[in-house]
Amino acid sequence: MSTVIPHPTASTATEATQARIEGYNFAYLDEQTKRMIRRAILKAVAVPGYQVPFGSREMPLPYGWGTGGIQVTAAVIGPDDTLKVIDQGADDTTNAVNIRRFFAKTAGVATTDRTVDASIIQTRHRIPETPLTEDQILVYQVPIPEPLRQLEPRESETRKMHALEEYGVMHVSLYEDIAKFGRITRSYNYPVRVNGRYVMAPSPIPKFDNPKMDRMPALQLFGAGREKRIYAVPPYTEVKSLDFEDHPFEVETWEENCALCGAGDSYLDEVIVDDQGTKMYVCSDSDYCRERREAGHVGDGGPNSGGPQ
Amino acid sequence: MSARDPLLQVRGLTHRYGRQVGCRDVSFDLHPGEVLGIVGESGSGKTTLLKCVSGQMQPSEGEVAYRTRDIGTVDVYGMTEARRRMLMRTDWGIVYQNARDGLRMKVSAGANVGERLMAIGERNYGHIRNEAVDWLERVEMDIGRIDDLPGTFSGGMQQRLQIARNLVTKPRLVFMDEPTSGLDVSVQARLLDLIRGLVGSLGIACVVVTHDLGVVRLLSHRLMVMKGGRVVEQGLTDQVLDDPQHPYTQLLVSSILPV
Ligand SMILES: Nc1ncnc2c1ncn2[C@@H]1O[C@H](COP(=O)(O)OP(=O)(O)OP(=O)(O)O)[C@@H](O)[C@H]1O
Ligand SMILES: [Mg+2]
Ligand SMILES: [Zn+2]
Repeated sequence: MSTVIPHPTASTATEATQARIEGYNFAYLDEQTKRMIRRAILKAVAVPGYQVPFGSREMPLPYGWGTGGIQVTAAVIGPDDTLKVIDQGADDTTNAVNIRRFFAKTAGVATTDRTVDASIIQTRHRIPETPLTEDQILVYQVPIPEPLRQLEPRESETRKMHALEEYGVMHVSLYEDIAKFGRITRSYNYPVRVNGRYVMAPSPIPKFDNPKMDRMPALQLFGAGREKRIYAVPPYTEVKSLDFEDHPFEVETWEENCALCGAGDSYLDEVIVDDQGTKMYVCSDSDYCRERREAGHVGDGGPNSGGPQ
Repeated sequence: MSARDPLLQVRGLTHRYGRQVGCRDVSFDLHPGEVLGIVGESGSGKTTLLKCVSGQMQPSEGEVAYRTRDIGTVDVYGMTEARRRMLMRTDWGIVYQNARDGLRMKVSAGANVGERLMAIGERNYGHIRNEAVDWLERVEMDIGRIDDLPGTFSGGMQQRLQIARNLVTKPRLVFMDEPTSGLDVSVQARLLDLIRGLVGSLGIACVVVTHDLGVVRLLSHRLMVMKGGRVVEQGLTDQVLDDPQHPYTQLLVSSILPV
C-alpha cells in the first residue's frame, strides 16, 4: 500500500491547478495575503523566537482547528510540495484529515502519512520521532504564542519584557513547581530560550519533544491564528529548555516499550484495551510505529501495567 | 569621587499632568545611608516626586542623578530603559503603599522573595530557596508559610514580604510610599521598628513618603515638607519638627499628638 497519495491530476502544476476546486486561489488565500504572511515569516526567521504580528485572516475553520498553522502552510506551500498533517502524533484524527483535505482541494498538492516523504509537515501536539531534514518545513499550530502570558497578563508589559530580556518570571514559575511538588511538573508547552535570546512557547507539544527542536535541520514555523502571531526557529538554531542547575530539564521516560513495535525511544500513549481497564503503551507517532513494524520490529503485544515515570 | 558624594542628586524637578502641576522645582541630595522623609497633605505632590526620583515616571523638567557602584554618577533618565530597569531591580528597592502593586500575588512568598535573584541570573534553586528563608526570617515572618500566596497574609505581613523581596539583592537605596498607612496602629509600630532596624543595620539610604509625622520622627534623618507641589521647608527632622519655621509646617506639627 503506497502512502503517498498523488492527486489524480497532480503530475504537473498546471493540471493540479485545474484539478483544484473552482473559485479559490491556490491554497485558498489570495496572493496579497500570502505575501503579507511570507513577509512576517521572513522577519520571524531573521529574529529567531520573536513573535511577529500579522494580519490573520478569517479561515473556513474555527480557531481551535489550527487556523494559524493553516495560514502559514498556505503561504509556504507550492504545487510540488507533499503535505503531511498530524494531530497528537496521528494522521487520521478529524483535525488532521480535514486540514489535509483542505490543502488537497485548494492547492491540489500530494499528501502523505510518511514523515520521510513529506516536504511540509503541519502539526499539533507532537514532533515526529523520525529526525527531520533540511528539505523539510515543520509548521506548528499554536493556541497561545506568548510564554509570559500566564505570569503577566498585560501585553504592553510582556512586549517590554521580551525587548529587555527580562525573563526572571519564567524561572519564578519553575521555582513554584519545585516548591510545591519537589520537581518541575510542567510537561507540555515547556518554555525554551531560542538562540540565547528570546523565550518562546513551543506550543502544546510534550516536553519529550523539546530536545528535537534544538539544532533541528528543518525550518520550524509557528502560527497562532486567533492571537495573530508568527514565529520561527531557523535550521540548526539552539533551542534550550529553561531549568535550574540543581533541577535540570528532563524528558518523560517509560518503563515499557511500545507494545506494537517494541520502540523504547518514542513517546508512548496509554491505551485502555478492555473494560477491565487493562493498559497498553503504544507509540503516539503512528507513522513511526508502522515504519518500525514494516521493518520487522515487534512489541510484546500484550497489555502491560505501570505508567510514565 | 568619594563615599561622601551624594548617592542621589535631584535638581529643579518639576512634573506636570497636563496643566495640573504635580510637583514644582524640587532639589535635594541624598547621601549613602541617609533617610529622607517627605511629608505634606494629600495632593501636595509626594507620590509624584517619589515616582519621578525612583525612575518610574520621567519628570517634565529637571534632573535625577544616581551614583552607581560601577560606572560613576549617571542621569537616571538619560540611560537606556534596560539599564534603568536593571538598576531598579538590583541597586534600588521600591515599597508600595498597596502590597498588590509591589508583590506578585499569584506566586508564593518564597517566589516573591526569589524573583529578583532569578531576574539577575541566579539559576540554583537551592540557593534561591535559602535566600528566601533567610530574608523571611529577617523580616520576622513565619518561614513555615514560605509556600503560601501573598493574598493569605495580613496587611502588615504583606508589607514585610515586600521589604524582603526588595532587600534580597542588597540595594543601596529604597523608596517607600506610605509603607505603614492602612495598617492597625500596633502593626504599624512593629513594622516601623523593623524598617528602622534593617535600614540602620544595612546602611540603606531611603526616601520615605508619608503623611504621618510619627513615621518621619522615628525613621528619617532629614525631612522635606511639601505643599501645593513645592517644598516649603527642609532640614534635620528634629529641628523641623521641634522648631518649624514655615507657617504650614507649624500648623502640621501643632495638629498632631506628641509622638
Ligand atoms: N495621574 C494624574 N493625572 C493628573 N493629575 C494627577 C495625577 N496624579 C496626581 N495628580 C495631581 O497631582 C497633584 C499631586 O498628587 P500626588 O499624588 O503626588 O500627591 P500626594 O502628596 O502623594 O497625595 P496623597 O497624600 O493623597 O497620596 C495632585 O493635585 C493630584 O491631583
Ligand atoms: Mg501619594
Ligand atoms: Zn510503536
